[in-house]
Amino acid sequence: MLFFTRWKVAAILLVAFVVCLCAVPNFFPERTVKRWPEWAQRHVVLGLDLQGGSHLLLQVDAGAVRKERLQSLNDDVLRLLRQARIQFTGRAVVGSGVQVRITRDTDVDNALAKLRELSTPLSGILGTSGQRSVDVAANGNLITLTPSDAALTERIRQAVDQSIQIIERRVNELGLVEPTIQREGIDRILVQVPGLQDPSRLKEILGKTAKLDFRMVDQSMPAEQAAQTRPPADSEILDGEGAVKYLIEKRVLVSGADLTDAQPGFDQRTSEPIVSFRFNSSGARKFAEATQANVGKPFAIVLDDKVISAPVIREPILGGSGQISGNFTVQSANDLAILLRAGALPAPLTIIEERTVGPGLGQDSITAGEHAAYAGAALVIVFMFATYGLFGLFANIAVAVNIAMIFGVLSLLSATLTLPGIAGIVLTVGIAVDSNVLIYERIREEVRAGRSAINAIDAGFSRALATILDSNITTFIAAAVLFYIGTGPVRGFAVTLGVGILTSLFTAFTLTRLIVAYWVRLWRPRTVPI
Amino acid sequence: MRLLRIVPDDTKFDFMRFRRISFPVSALLSIAAIALYFFHGLNFGIDFVGGTLIEVQTKAGPADLAKMRSTIGGLKLGDFQLQEFGAANDVLIRISEQPGGDEAQQAAVAKVREALGEEVDYRRVEVVGPSVSTELLAYGTIGLVLAIGAILIYLWFRFEWQFALGAMIANVHDLVLTVGFMSLTHIDFDLTSIAALLTILGYSLNDTVVIYDRIREMLRRYKRMSMPDLLNVSINATLSRSIVTHLTVAISLLALLLFGGQAIHSFTATMMFGVVLVGTYTSVFIASPILIYLGVGSNRMEGAAEEPEPPAAAATPPQRARTRR
Repeated sequence: MLFFTRWKVAAILLVAFVVCLCAVPNFFPERTVKRWPEWAQRHVVLGLDLQGGSHLLLQVDAGAVRKERLQSLNDDVLRLLRQARIQFTGRAVVGSGVQVRITRDTDVDNALAKLRELSTPLSGILGTSGQRSVDVAANGNLITLTPSDAALTERIRQAVDQSIQIIERRVNELGLVEPTIQREGIDRILVQVPGLQDPSRLKEILGKTAKLDFRMVDQSMPAEQAAQTRPPADSEILDGEGAVKYLIEKRVLVSGADLTDAQPGFDQRTSEPIVSFRFNSSGARKFAEATQANVGKPFAIVLDDKVISAPVIREPILGGSGQISGNFTVQSANDLAILLRAGALPAPLTIIEERTVGPGLGQDSITAGEHAAYAGAALVIVFMFATYGLFGLFANIAVAVNIAMIFGVLSLLSATLTLPGIAGIVLTVGIAVDSNVLIYERIREEVRAGRSAINAIDAGFSRALATILDSNITTFIAAAVLFYIGTGPVRGFAVTLGVGILTSLFTAFTLTRLIVAYWVRLWRPRTVPI
Repeated sequence: MRLLRIVPDDTKFDFMRFRRISFPVSALLSIAAIALYFFHGLNFGIDFVGGTLIEVQTKAGPADLAKMRSTIGGLKLGDFQLQEFGAANDVLIRISEQPGGDEAQQAAVAKVREALGEEVDYRRVEVVGPSVSTELLAYGTIGLVLAIGAILIYLWFRFEWQFALGAMIANVHDLVLTVGFMSLTHIDFDLTSIAALLTILGYSLNDTVVIYDRIREMLRRYKRMSMPDLLNVSINATLSRSIVTHLTVAISLLALLLFGGQAIHSFTATMMFGVVLVGTYTSVFIASPILIYLGVGSNRMEGAAEEPEPPAAAATPPQRARTRR
């Protein structure tokens, strides 16, 4: 147990040295580290609970995605059956599917064949999965089309991907520093912005779908009358500013997807804040045609099912650009421009979890963590030295190397250090000390059993190491489970605890043994000083 | 230099004698803890029941709790609590989950921010919606069960099944008592509490495994020693290590408790109780004696004369001496 070949000694020292070296970037300011080569830049990231910032967990509205999917399926059914000149009645979204009744029994087979075109095979991880996007079933002349769950899940997944891109654009436009935006599970998005103290504006920007439509105002009856009776089938009642209601056609002239640019500005005459926009070529053409055909009639600019303004078309707008005015403040005009530039979210997002830590609390936590770590380390060092003397000193060296190695490994992993993470490191010190205690107590026992000093040290190491392995693996299992199920701060704790167990195993099995081995070789002790 | 010797060499405490006391006491305490859980309940934090937690610091002088209470009370947000948090100008506001799903929670925060205005610094705002809190609780529970299961399987492989079962009973006992402690002291039960419980589990097992390791070694070495004696010898042999290790852990925890700040206060307090008080007691007075009841060593030739293999320092067996005469 006390014999090391030369290359083994070299390997042990090299590993310890290199891992400790990885911790170095943490001691230099960010600006200095940025100038280093890329491979040397890895360092521990402070968690939001330590550096302050906002953590927002958003969820894509699965219900809205499903509804939209059904609506477009409904439109597809109409298009296909019309193309095939098949007569039908009672086409509607019913429950989780679309139903249509074919008028003539002889058309049913033909209709089924046509509608099955809507059902495409879904590709799984290994080629086609055998599932299809839509289940088409016939009962007499009633045909039901149901989007499959797999297809909906896939649709939600796509919606999340699109949303992430759009959120990135929106957040970047706000000028926030180093935001991270990532998918969580199937239908969630985690947005983390370090240093953000008041996320109100961010939440407002993220909470808007920003679906902009240009639609005609339905003048067939006043909105009040439509609200009391029933609006025409192709129109709906939408809210405007204040208590005003509008009757708006469902048909969309031009949508926000055709915008290429939007900028906040001021109206030249009234100097009110406005948003000016520009269409792409197809949008410009559609807008020009629509305005030419409807001079003198009002159209509506609808944002997220709310009418921003409903101006009357005075002359055809052919240039492909225009402006929106409507009770904006400078800030809200600016925000709307950001939203329009970034594009509309495919489905609404809901904030389901928020954790914001101000910079004051973060700094306090770092200070508290540091104080606790220093105090804990100092007390443990004194205690170990008082209990085991020279060997206590060895143990202290091992623990110090251990802590440096923890930071080295955490840096390599670019791990996030949270306050519970600091607690994990402090506890790891306890574990690292325990390894040494186990070894030393075993040596004491072997000495009492009558062994010679060197014999006792050798036996002490070999017996204690088996125990250390067993006890550490059990704790490591707990840490692993914690990492697997934990989120945020808890995960930070699991990481430092797990890494700490590994490094303390390393120091117990190699470094402590090496130090003692050299001591034995140099001093040839007759008795063990513990 | 004289070294600190907390436990004298060669202690011979008869730990096994206490099993007639420790088992009923532990059973009673466990029942009490379970009763506390059901009748007194846990102070579930927003992680598990949803809701809003806002920590504010007044900018000028100590906080006027009464005024703040009436301000927030005027918002009609249902149940809420105000609590001084560490310092006189630091206030923790807890608002129960608002009816109306995830969006309603956000609206509540906006209202509070508006009502308290610029007089305070917002140190921390946490909002957990109903969909997340249910999941967090489920994940937490699953995590604990998984961890216990995984550890059990590992111990079963490394030892015999009786050891795995004994360790599990002992450590579930630790967890139950700790939950009882949290109920009694009304400590916030949140995600970090789950972390604390898992760490306690890890540490307790660590300790139990160290003693079990020794028991296994003794079982191989002394084929005829009676089980209670063997357990006593094992515990006594590892006693010094147990005390020294737990003192160092206690020292680390004490440092965290004193300097670690309010944010991890409940975490460290729980750990202190679970690891230092309960964990140590359990491995000595529950985990070890339970092996007797689980039938470890029941096929041993108990009461027969001792025939130790090495170490050579042991005395010559008396029986053989007699025959020679």
